[in-house]
Amino acid sequence: MFARTGAALFLPQCGQVRNMATLKDITIRLKSIKNIQKITKSMKMVAAAKYSRAERSLKPARVYGTGAMALYEKAEIKAPEDKNKHLIIGVSSDRGLCGAIHSSVAKAMKNEIAKLLGAGKEVMIVNVGDKLRGLLYRTHGQHILINCKEVGRKPPTFTDASIIATELLDSGYEFDQGSILFNRFRSVISYKTDEKPLFSLDTVANSENMGIYDDIDADVLRNYQEFALVNIIYFGMKESTTSEQSARMTAMDSASKNASEMIDKLTLTFNRTRQAVITKELIEIISGAAALE
Amino acid sequence: MMAARFLLRRAVPALRHARCYADAPAAQMSFTFASPTQVFFKEANVKQIDVPTLTGAFGILPAHVPTLQVLRPGVVTVFNDDGSSAKYFVSSGSVTVNADSSVQLLAEEAVPLDSLDLAAAKANLEKAQSELGGVSDEAARAEVLISIEANEAIVKALE
Repeated sequence: MFARTGAALFLPQCGQVRNMATLKDITIRLKSIKNIQKITKSMKMVAAAKYSRAERSLKPARVYGTGAMALYEKAEIKAPEDKNKHLIIGVSSDRGLCGAIHSSVAKAMKNEIAKLLGAGKEVMIVNVGDKLRGLLYRTHGQHILINCKEVGRKPPTFTDASIIATELLDSGYEFDQGSILFNRFRSVISYKTDEKPLFSLDTVANSENMGIYDDIDADVLRNYQEFALVNIIYFGMKESTTSEQSARMTAMDSASKNASEMIDKLTLTFNRTRQAVITKELIEIISGAAALE
Repeated sequence: MMAARFLLRRAVPALRHARCYADAPAAQMSFTFASPTQVFFKEANVKQIDVPTLTGAFGILPAHVPTLQVLRPGVVTVFNDDGSSAKYFVSSGSVTVNADSSVQLLAEEAVPLDSLDLAAAKANLEKAQSELGGVSDEAARAEVLISIEANEAIVKALE
C-alpha cells in the first residue's frame, strides 16, 4: 500500500546493535506517517468534491449518451462478422492512486486484442489517458494509433471528445467496426468496465433496417455518424471520470485508515521504548551507586 | 391533464410498451432533447417539434416516418400537449426519428431563446463579417463562415 503511494519508509537501524529501534528513529517514522495521513485525507476530500461535481454532470450526459446510441439499438445495427479492421478506444486518465481503474480497462483491452488477433483481424487502439499508454505500450505498442494526454485534470467537455474524434477520423485508419471500453459508474463504491460498440459508415449504410429511415443521403449520414462518434466518446469520458473520482476517494480513505492504524501501533511502540530507555538509565544509575558503596 | 397521462404511462409501463410496438404509430411520441450539459426533455410526450436541418426545416409529429437528420443553427420549437410552445436555439447536432415514434434531438449547444441577447448577436455578426475578408487559411475561413451562419440565425430568430 505505501510502496504505491511512493512514500519514503524509514527503516530502523539494525546491524550489529540489538533489534530495537532507537527513540529517534521511531519519532522520525511517526512524523512521516502522520504527514502521509494528512496528505491522503486531503486527497480524499479533493476527490470527494470532484466526484460530486462529476456525478452531477453525469446525469444529463447519460441521457445524452443513451439518446445518441438509441439509433443503433433501435435499428439493431450489427456489424458483419467478416470485417477485418477493428478499433478499440480505451478511456481512462493520466493520474494514479485510484485503485484498479486503469488496470481494469487495460486488462479488458488486452483480452479484446488477443481475441481479435486470434481470429485473424487487424486491431488498432486509441488510448485516452497516459496511464493506459504506460500499461500497453510495451506489449502492444505496435497497435497504438493515438495517445491522449492531459486527461483527468479538468472535467471532460464535449470539445475534448470532439478533438479526439477529429484526430481519429484524420488518422486515416478506416475501421470497419470498433468498441469503446470505459469504466461505467454504478455507485460510490462500485464501477464496472463496460463496452459500447462503434459502427463505421459502411456498416450503418448497408444495414438492413436502415431502409425504413427515409430521405437519407450519404452526406447527411456521414455527418450523423461523426457526431454520434463524438457523443459516444463524450459519454465514455464522463462515466470514466466519475468512476475514477469515486475510486480515488475510496482508495485514499483506506490509505488514511491504514495510516491511522500504523500511527496507533507506532505510538504504543514509542511509549514502550521510552519506558525501556528510562528503566535502563535508572538501572545504570542504581548499579553505579551500588558499586560506589 | 398531462400529469395524469404521465402517471398512467408510469403506472403501466410494460403494457404501454407492448401496445406501442403492436400498433406502431401510437399517438404518443417519446421525445428526448438534450445537450451534453443539459437535458430539456426526457422521453416526454409532446405534440409537435419543429427542427431546422441542413435540408430544410420540418415539423415532426407522432408517427412521423423514421429519418435521420443533421441540424443547422436555428430555432427548435416544441409544442406541448396543452398548446404551449417553447423555443430553443440550437447550434448543431442530430435528430433521429425511430420507427416506434421516439425522437432523439441531440444538440451540441442549446439555449432557451430568451436567454440570447439581440445586440450581442448583431455585434458578433458584424465582427465575423468583417473578418471574412481578412482570412485566407481554409480552416479559419470555415470557422468564420460558421460563425456568420450561426449569428445570422440568432439575429433572425430574435427579430
